[in-house]
Amino acid sequence: MASITLNALAHSYTENPTKPEDYAIREMTHVWEQGGAFALLGPSGCGKSTLLNIISGLLEPSEGEVLFDGKRVNELKPEERNIAQVFQFPVVYDTMTVFDNLAFPLRNIGVPEYKVKSKVYEVAEILELSDQLNRKAKGLSADQKQKVSMGRGLVRDDVSAILFDEPLTVIDPQLKWKLRRKLKQIHEQFNITMVYVTHDQLEASTFADKIAVMYNGQIVQFGTPRELFETPAHTFVGYFIGSPGMNFFDVELNDTLTFGGHEIATSHDMLTRLKAMGASNIKVGIRPEFVHVWDGKNDDAFPVEVDYVEDLGTYKILSFLFNGQVMKARLSEDQKVPSGQIYVSFPEQWTKVYVDEYLVDLTAGSIENDKNKETDHAN
Amino acid sequence: MQTKVENNKAWFLVMPVFLIVAFSAIIPLMTVVNYSVQDIFDPQTRYFVGTEWFKQVILDSRLHEALLRQFIYSLTILTIEVPLGICVALMMPTKGRGASIALILVAIPLLIPWNVVGTIWQIFGRADIGLFGAFMSYIGVDYNYASNPTDAWLTVVLMDVWHWTPLVALLCYSGLRAIPEVYYQAARIDRASRWAVFRYIQLPKLTNVLIIGVLLRFMDSFMIYTEPFVLTGGGPGSSTTFLSQALVQQAIGQFDLGPAAAFSLVYFLIILLVCWVFYTTIMNMQKDK
Repeated sequence: MASITLNALAHSYTENPTKPEDYAIREMTHVWEQGGAFALLGPSGCGKSTLLNIISGLLEPSEGEVLFDGKRVNELKPEERNIAQVFQFPVVYDTMTVFDNLAFPLRNIGVPEYKVKSKVYEVAEILELSDQLNRKAKGLSADQKQKVSMGRGLVRDDVSAILFDEPLTVIDPQLKWKLRRKLKQIHEQFNITMVYVTHDQLEASTFADKIAVMYNGQIVQFGTPRELFETPAHTFVGYFIGSPGMNFFDVELNDTLTFGGHEIATSHDMLTRLKAMGASNIKVGIRPEFVHVWDGKNDDAFPVEVDYVEDLGTYKILSFLFNGQVMKARLSEDQKVPSGQIYVSFPEQWTKVYVDEYLVDLTAGSIENDKNKETDHAN
Repeated sequence: MQTKVENNKAWFLVMPVFLIVAFSAIIPLMTVVNYSVQDIFDPQTRYFVGTEWFKQVILDSRLHEALLRQFIYSLTILTIEVPLGICVALMMPTKGRGASIALILVAIPLLIPWNVVGTIWQIFGRADIGLFGAFMSYIGVDYNYASNPTDAWLTVVLMDVWHWTPLVALLCYSGLRAIPEVYYQAARIDRASRWAVFRYIQLPKLTNVLIIGVLLRFMDSFMIYTEPFVLTGGGPGSSTTFLSQALVQQAIGQFDLGPAAAFSLVYFLIILLVCWVFYTTIMNMQKDK
């Protein structure tokens, strides 16, 4: 059992990195608490796998430290780190039986055979592999192979964290769901820290208690699925989480926030803050789910043009043109399908303001946010 | 509705294949079969003798000796070349300039014509002008491949190992390159020893190339002719006379076409049989239990 701390960690694949773009991982400090189920979510090439390989020790970070329970492990090899890792493509030892596969990590450290046996049976039971134990691993299906590679992590008593690198990529859709449930169940049973890398928000939110969203080598937000949905800390989180993503539009700051002459309702405090920051690159974001579509004419709402409506079965996505920009709103199933000119409004509670892509948060966290931004610029 | 014209014209499209196979394999082979059942004095005078030549060949003790020698030879070079080839492949660099240089160096022996290989070793092994021979006599070993059967054997085996280990090495090298990096990463996390990595990751992934390697090396070594012919001429005595050399002596030296044809067929069947047994055994071993 261990907490994993990344302290001022950065990694670059180039010899002498100078620009921020040279870094696959930009400087970050982050803590994965003991026993949590975490997801590391981000698009391809954002540095997720690099980060995972640094934690497991397959890669040595060029800057900063990795700490397990406060102890520096940078110099430890993967085999010395008490970590298990499950890879995107299932790795099984083809010529061995399932039993021997599961026993392999134990035999490698000289565990007596009777203990190996009981442990393997126990883990096979949990993974529902008991009746496959005598089969050659080669003939297994992809999901069974992935279970075997997971099992090799579970048999070891000393494993303090299991890292998953997009483990469900090659699994059939109907089995994905089952395997994900299994993972969750194992997490509850073993109380092991689990870090799950994925680019699929659904996978991340069903598996993890807390999700770290990665973008351009940085963790832009670390929070519960709900926090990511309701208050994205970065415009990227808004785009990436949710289907469809958040609506963003550039606004001007005068006496109020305006978008093409329309005033966007914001609090007085927010306006004061924005003025104090001297912000110029200001965006307003609102989730399609929170856009209110009025049935009739409404003087407090904005007149917009309906573009098209997509019916996704359980709900509909309305695309509309607001001041020439395409935006989306989610309609519930029973809502009538509008056409022509309609009226929408953005409830102030769900209207988020972003300066230089970062959320302006009027609660305590805002100071920290501003600081983050400064270091970002300094980089 | 359209009427479908049924005819067999498509057969003409496969005709070229039939012709090529007929002229390249079937007709020559059938000619040999034809010789093997006749006693031929001249093109007009020939007698059908049935299985007589086969009986004679199978009972010929000279050929028994050559066959035994042949098996020992093939087994010896396989036991040396396969493990050695794997070792070489494992030691070859995988990235950068070193990798290309190593590939070229390893491939060089394969580019040399067989009779040249024989000549190289003939000179290389001579005590008066050859490096190897001179070195052996320098360290006080009485080495002479022309008069001592053991030395002759040693030289022929060494020559084959030098010439053909690169083939096994290159096959294994390509096999090793095809193993995804994650296997090694997983093995590290599972704390596998270097030996376990070899035994459970590398070797299983090499099985397929090794089967090809072993089959090629078995067939080629079992039919070896040029190199020992140039190097030792089958001697001293008949200590390095292998099957193909015995065959050539019989067919061209003595012009006994009938027995030589029967011999060829038996020879062919032995190779076919050994390869089949080997292949079937390996395939059965690989099956999921």
